Amino acid sequence: MGITFRKETFRDDFTFRNSPEHIRRFPFPFHEDSYMYAVNIEPHVVGPKGSVLENLIDVDEHYVAEMQDRALVLAEDPLRCQSLPHMTLAGWDLLELLMEQQALGYPEHFTLTRDGDRWRWINRPLGIDDTFTFGDTSTLPYGPMEYITRQSQGDFCILDQRDGNLWMDAGMVTTQADWSLDFDIGMNFFEWHAPVPLAHEKGIFIRALKFLTNIQQGKPARRLNWTMTINPRLDTSPENYHKWGPDRTTVTPENVGDKVHLRVELQSFWRLPRSNGIVFPIRCYLIKMDELVTQPKWARRLHRVIRDLPEELATYKGLTRYRPTLVEWLLKLDDGSPTSPGFGPDSVF
Amino acid sequence: MSTGTTKLDVVVSDVVPVNDLVTRFHFRRRDRELLPTFSGGAHVVVEMRDGERTRLNPYSLMGSPLDTREYTISVRRDDVGRGGSLFMHRSVKPGLEMVISYPVNLFSLDLRARKHLMLAGGIGITPFMAQTSQLAGSGGNFELHYTSRTASLGTYADLLQQRYDRRVRLYHDDLDERIELDRLLSSQPLGTHLYVCGPAGMINWVRDRAAALGWPAETVHFEHFAAPQPGAPFDVTLAVTGKTIRVGSQQSLLEAIEAAGVDPPYLCRGGVCGQCETNVVSHDGKFIHNDHWLSEEDHRSACKIMPCVSRFEGKSLVLER
Repeated sequence: MGITFRKETFRDDFTFRNSPEHIRRFPFPFHEDSYMYAVNIEPHVVGPKGSVLENLIDVDEHYVAEMQDRALVLAEDPLRCQSLPHMTLAGWDLLELLMEQQALGYPEHFTLTRDGDRWRWINRPLGIDDTFTFGDTSTLPYGPMEYITRQSQGDFCILDQRDGNLWMDAGMVTTQADWSLDFDIGMNFFEWHAPVPLAHEKGIFIRALKFLTNIQQGKPARRLNWTMTINPRLDTSPENYHKWGPDRTTVTPENVGDKVHLRVELQSFWRLPRSNGIVFPIRCYLIKMDELVTQPKWARRLHRVIRDLPEELATYKGLTRYRPTLVEWLLKLDDGSPTSPGFGPDSVF
Repeated sequence: MSTGTTKLDVVVSDVVPVNDLVTRFHFRRRDRELLPTFSGGAHVVVEMRDGERTRLNPYSLMGSPLDTREYTISVRRDDVGRGGSLFMHRSVKPGLEMVISYPVNLFSLDLRARKHLMLAGGIGITPFMAQTSQLAGSGGNFELHYTSRTASLGTYADLLQQRYDRRVRLYHDDLDERIELDRLLSSQPLGTHLYVCGPAGMINWVRDRAAALGWPAETVHFEHFAAPQPGAPFDVTLAVTGKTIRVGSQQSLLEAIEAAGVDPPYLCRGGVCGQCETNVVSHDGKFIHNDHWLSEEDHRSACKIMPCVSRFEGKSLVLER
């Protein structure tokens, strides 16, 4: 049985919702009652059935709506998708990876057929059936990276590896937590992470770079990151700050449950075979507080995490203005009882 | 995270003598699937099961990255080495089942280059076989200068000239032909990247001249896998695991550590990638450093060793393993 894709919006009337099954599979990012940075990287291997890790590239009920939202963002601002001239080969690598993984995980929705370099790609949810020559950009309606990332959930950064560093030289970025590809394009790993507080002092980026430059083909890795977003808005970019920034002043005790969303990024890292680059998919999952607190363990734990979050992190994540309102709302759902270890809800699948 | 890379179960599909010193080996997957795609300059680590001994040697992939039905490597026979190349030449026959690693690329093309200037010495030609195939397939601009001792030892020189004609220039030591390096390096268009693979002396010469002539370091790329050198046996204490081991004269320190059941991370096994870097707890004696990873200061201070290629002579050595 295939996925039932929701008709919903991530702007204007904000009709985005998670079904009960999708609430339970939400990648809750806190394994204990507090949070601090760590190099929390692990092998990106297939996880339990019914979780977001069931397939290494996850497709869910929001797929069609997210792709429609991406098309709207790109129509307004084409610079959300950029690829420096030397990154075309890496774009083909990414096209192969995403077609293979989506066809493997969801054969009822996607089919890839190859005859040498003649490839046929069928994407049923989006009504696409294209035949093209792998490696020949003139046979696709867009460059290879843009073509496939208009059909894949999550943002994608393609990093060139040279001189012992990684360089942000291509990407499709429309569902970002307040950073800009147009600003970061061409930067190296330390340059684009410069604004992150506390982590530099802990030497985290030096260790992380060493790890990432040694990622091997066939051995992808992953980590979770998180922030919060007011209203289920995928595009919280600096370019559109004037649209979403003021949302943060609208949180009241009455609307916390509907307006405040936990935003989790499942970040994975893959070595690309032809270009020797790294692709860094950043897959965004949103869940509103009303949905999250249907799992009592998550409600208790989130209360403790947000209450005790160091001030620098709260500022960096943009929570300062509504944190007291949120903590007060969550407090009512925290009876002080202990929470079980691990990420999952108490009602595990 | 874990030791080495994912492994591939392969079968030797062909063994082809190329000249007096070099033999080419072809591998296919045992399950008949395609091998993983790779990029020009990548190597695989070949596991050689030679009786009780296991050797793991890196070899550059030399086939076209566009054809992954098989991988090919070329092995130069080293009669005074530790026996890996002799094992390949004498014992590896078509039909033998072997295990190799996934490809790893530590000598990648810089795809920003307007032109790729390649300098090869001897068996150092192998990564350029794959890189030129990759570039030729995408209309890339390259020029290859290849030195060998004699014409008959110029492995694949005929093939390269046939494929790329005037983009390949050959030099033979026995005819006193030498690359006019300064002239070559001084006459390249802006945006050229330089790649060199060959004996250590050649790499040092090219890097020194390029630096003297003002080439930015990030445009000069080189790969030199140091083969582990044989030497006198020595004893080592592994402080973390509490083991004392003996490193045989034909064995590398890394192999001896592995034989004791300890698995340090590794990738290249040639002193290049840095994965097996090991801290020295204490020592009484002298290190024989053969790696290209540690800084000169690291070597002088005797605080670290790369066990894949380096050895020790003296009374005692304690490592943090």
